[in-house]
Amino acid sequence: MDGTTHGTDDARMAAGPGEAVGRAVTRLEDPPLVRGRGLFAADVNFPRQIHMRIVRAELAHGLLRSVDATAACALPGVVAVWTAADVADIPSIPFRATKVQGLEPYCQPVLARERVRYVGEPIAAVFAEDAYLAEDAAELVAVDIEPLPAVLDAAAPPAEFAPGLHTEPTIVRKGFGDVDAAFAVAHAVVELDLSVGRHSGVPLETRGAIARYDAARDILELHGAAKKQHWNRDEIARLLGRPPSSVHLFEGHVGGGFGVRGELYPEDLLACAAALRLDRPVKWIEDRRENFLATNHSRQQRHRIRAAVDAEGRLLAIDDVFFHDQGAYVRTHGARVVDLAAGMLPGPYRLPAYRVAGHFRLTNKTPAATYRAPGRYETTFVRERLMDAIATRLAIDPIELRRRNLVATAEMPYPRPLDVLGSDVVLDSGDYAKLLDQALDRFGWKALRESIAARRASGECVGAGLAFFVEKSGLGPSDGVRITVDHTGTVELVSGAASVGQGVDTVLAQICAEALGVGYSGIRVVRGRTDRIEFGNGAHASRVTVMSGSATWQAAQAVRAMALETAAPLLQLSPEVLTIRDGVIQRKDGATGPSMTLAEIARRMGPNSAAMRGRTPGLTVEKWFWSDHMTYPYGVHCALVRIDRGTGAVKVERYLVANDIGRAINPMLVEGQIAGGFAQGLGGALYEEFRYDETGQPLSTTFADYLIPTATEMPALDVLIAEDAPSPLNPLGIKGAGEGGTNAVGAAIAAAVDDALGQPGAITTLPILPGAVMHLLDGPAP
Amino acid sequence: MMRELHDITLVVNGRSHAIRVEARRTLADAIREECGLTGTHLGCEHGVCGACTVLVDDQPVRACLMFAVQADGRAIRTVEGLARGDTLSPLQKAFIEQHALQCGYCTPGFLMLGTAILEQNPDIGDEELVEILSSNLCRCTGYANILRAVRVATAAMREEGVA
Amino acid sequence: MKPAAFRYHAPRTEEEALAILAAVAPEDGRILAGGQSLMPTMAFRMARPAHLVDINGVAAFGLLAAEGDVLRIGPCVRHAMLGAPLVGGPLGALLGTVRRHIAHLPIRTRGTFCGSLAHADPASEWCLVSATLGAEMVLRSVGGTRRVAAAEFFQGIMTTALAADEMLVEARLPLLAEGTRSGFYEFSRRPGDFAQAMAIATFTLDGGVMSAPRLGLGGVEDRPCRLPAAEAMLDSQPPSAALFAAVAAAALPGVVPMTDDPHRLRLAETAIIRALSRAAGLPE
Repeated sequence: MDGTTHGTDDARMAAGPGEAVGRAVTRLEDPPLVRGRGLFAADVNFPRQIHMRIVRAELAHGLLRSVDATAACALPGVVAVWTAADVADIPSIPFRATKVQGLEPYCQPVLARERVRYVGEPIAAVFAEDAYLAEDAAELVAVDIEPLPAVLDAAAPPAEFAPGLHTEPTIVRKGFGDVDAAFAVAHAVVELDLSVGRHSGVPLETRGAIARYDAARDILELHGAAKKQHWNRDEIARLLGRPPSSVHLFEGHVGGGFGVRGELYPEDLLACAAALRLDRPVKWIEDRRENFLATNHSRQQRHRIRAAVDAEGRLLAIDDVFFHDQGAYVRTHGARVVDLAAGMLPGPYRLPAYRVAGHFRLTNKTPAATYRAPGRYETTFVRERLMDAIATRLAIDPIELRRRNLVATAEMPYPRPLDVLGSDVVLDSGDYAKLLDQALDRFGWKALRESIAARRASGECVGAGLAFFVEKSGLGPSDGVRITVDHTGTVELVSGAASVGQGVDTVLAQICAEALGVGYSGIRVVRGRTDRIEFGNGAHASRVTVMSGSATWQAAQAVRAMALETAAPLLQLSPEVLTIRDGVIQRKDGATGPSMTLAEIARRMGPNSAAMRGRTPGLTVEKWFWSDHMTYPYGVHCALVRIDRGTGAVKVERYLVANDIGRAINPMLVEGQIAGGFAQGLGGALYEEFRYDETGQPLSTTFADYLIPTATEMPALDVLIAEDAPSPLNPLGIKGAGEGGTNAVGAAIAAAVDDALGQPGAITTLPILPGAVMHLLDGPAP
Repeated sequence: MMRELHDITLVVNGRSHAIRVEARRTLADAIREECGLTGTHLGCEHGVCGACTVLVDDQPVRACLMFAVQADGRAIRTVEGLARGDTLSPLQKAFIEQHALQCGYCTPGFLMLGTAILEQNPDIGDEELVEILSSNLCRCTGYANILRAVRVATAAMREEGVA
Repeated sequence: MKPAAFRYHAPRTEEEALAILAAVAPEDGRILAGGQSLMPTMAFRMARPAHLVDINGVAAFGLLAAEGDVLRIGPCVRHAMLGAPLVGGPLGALLGTVRRHIAHLPIRTRGTFCGSLAHADPASEWCLVSATLGAEMVLRSVGGTRRVAAAEFFQGIMTTALAADEMLVEARLPLLAEGTRSGFYEFSRRPGDFAQAMAIATFTLDGGVMSAPRLGLGGVEDRPCRLPAAEAMLDSQPPSAALFAAVAAAALPGVVPMTDDPHRLRLAETAIIRALSRAAGLPE
């Protein structure tokens, strides 16, 4: 560790494909997964384990009068039943650091106390010998709730959350410039009322938590963790009154996260507390119905937005008031999604003045938080609808209108006088106009318009639309990796990152291989384990490749330098003429000569080696990469849709995602992220919605009601990965690729449907349902 | 109600497992718990997502929609039985090469469904292939690579002379 | 989502099955055939039968045979079996077409035709086929056998003429005459989802005009129904897009949809037009 050569931190990765990076290599993760030998939460089992089943509220809002567990406790095989009284000493679930004040009273208790506030809220926990029994017992727990009216509209005036507290914990306000003056002199003002429906990640694996107390070592273990292991460890430790070093979180395989898995939920704490108090491992596996009711929702916002423009359609000001439907409680994200929405709404456009008020409102629905492209899926829809409306009002072509407003490369880095998630918004690099051209060219826009005209002439209802987006990625502030070469020459990389199935291990291995001069496939990557690395910031906000990847690059460079420095005197050559290829230190110029393997070097760096006296032994380096600023990938989505006039059904025929991500470490994985992200965006645009009846009863509680796209719904999808604008903020030049596929789908499809209908501005709500389209096709009643 | 238990034998990937279960124990849970084969995944337990797909007498079946007692003595195949020792099946190899999996949770279900297709209808047309692969849900990949993997595997098997 | 406990019975003969059913029916005992509809409801604990009578072991229940002018379908005949090559002729062609819309392949390997009828979900394709073609159901209990026509069999949402101790031991579908044309159209959000509207049309063409027309609508009302007034409009007429549009429009006022949603009626109209168009070989 302290054998590091200084100065390696500044080395940037060379452009173009390398030995390992920039290549579509197959994934290290795959072999166990295709064999069915993965370790997902439900696959984790411990001897003597008991199963936890949560009793949940069946009314959306009410006073919790009583919970009677007598019948449940009497069932043979039931070990315990807990209610709020049993966990009174465990505080409510906190949220991560935020500048927003006043959110604490709105946090969710681990088990409901005097009130229940959403269908699905945990009221009691049953512990039994097996999962079937636990479910039998849970049914026998008698819950008495006195109903209260359900608050279901975030745009309606706030109501009572609790005595003395109302349902608007905060309003997030941002702005710059003189908005009112801009509206006063505007050539035109365009006003829209737009809504995005409630939907969310819905991973194929439901949540799970398996807690075990290892009494022999006084360690509390939580298996089935994901996303933010270290923060979760610290919070679990704090909430249960234990030092963080006595709590270990383990991430095995994770069946998708998308932002909703891996936050700290009541069930995680309950399982941990039960493992400690009942002295048996506690296994909890969420079922699908619970997943729809109790895992974070997202997306539901209603925006009332106005734009002031000049005669050429250039934006003078945007004034937006929006209502964010947070559901019943504030969760671990605090008001982040509102913050993101407010800060990212301007997107790629020049904007002299801006005012936004994001009303963070609680309702009697499942609590909400982040979901892939949070705050951006919503605001790209809103902003791009606004641009289309401006184009219509001024009779300017929608593409031309965007060109006039796009921030130019020469203006970058382009600071917006805004901060989001604690860092200033600075559009770091980009050539927006160029990517727009590339996208139009790739999609064949001109020829497409002609083809559409011909198809319309023969009676089809077809249309095309596009949308421009800016994404955020690489959320810091830091992440670290430790790379070690053992005495057999095997490389192990331990990272504070996490995996949600995206291929973290492979990407980090590729970067490490590139820097260190070894093959990628032999590298062992360890992540999601709080017992292997003390700190970490996990997997979210498309940060892993940027942050952990950068740390990997720097650490691997340092290991390389350390190896060369150690080898040099032994080979009687200076380090500058040496390189490492396939784990062998040899002459750079390829001339034959002495060589050594990394294994041999590692052997000479052990704790018993005289050469290591006074130094930390081992061919090992830990590096932390810090970044104060996010990076901003960007892109364009293009959609071709066909409407069935007889049913109102919208079929997306062709779709393009053009996304500049700075640099693709593994193009195959990047495409995979974009394709999967697109499918989720498609779901939100046309199919997925959490609906409620007028009493707050959820109507989308099965996969037959909540419609996830299947292979049939997918259009021919083209992905254009551009690497024209590497980020200057990290040595790899990369920006995250996790969310660009999702970001603009709602916006692009809405534009295409408008075009097919021949009714600009018709689509103001997502998802776009056949009934609504039919209504628009039929036109106003005679 | 008294817990009535049934002694049955599940033959999974050619191996017999003598187990004792309640009648209500689903085939999926029996495979995972009593037989210890956790490759078959539960995604919904109401028969829509297909993550639990196994082959029963060579036909694709949702293991969450069958009781274990109904599979007594039947030939069950799961994802763990696809490889021959270290050698992955052509479909498994194709999944890796075509990046047809990300989180891997839906993968066993798709592999079993795909295996059934390859065994029964290797010359399947594109439209029908999409139709059948629409039986299962994937939340990560967007499906195109899964489709491609099945096609690549069909071609590979044709070359190997395996129908 | 684990089911509640039940007593499990596995009869080997029809006689045994009926005897057990008679004994357990008063305690909410039910038949388990394919289980593809029953098991999800049990997973949600919306259904909690105290007894399940698993009839999959009764060999005779696999009956699938054309006899005289009917196709006899036993209680364990799977969706996957209906259509070519096991069932030929125009009926086989229609069944094969309809079958592709039922759920998905792995469901079709287990789910049964008779099970769908007994379940009587308004969105069931086989129920629509039975109603449109005028199937006859054979109901049997320890007390005897009775035959019920489709129109009397389907009585509402998930409601049939079956008494608690009765089993649907056979469905008898009239074979379609050689040269019968048929068309089926279903609208659902995604393939395999519950039908929001569907229609079946059959007729023969004699001298360019339709005769013996049958038209059935499903997925919209609380049970599948023939549309006799529409059939009368079609009879002896040459097929044409204009006629089909007029027939569909005329049929709508008589349709009583399950939900208040006007979109369902528009879907019904489209389904009728498209089923007729497909039968006639006209563009939709």
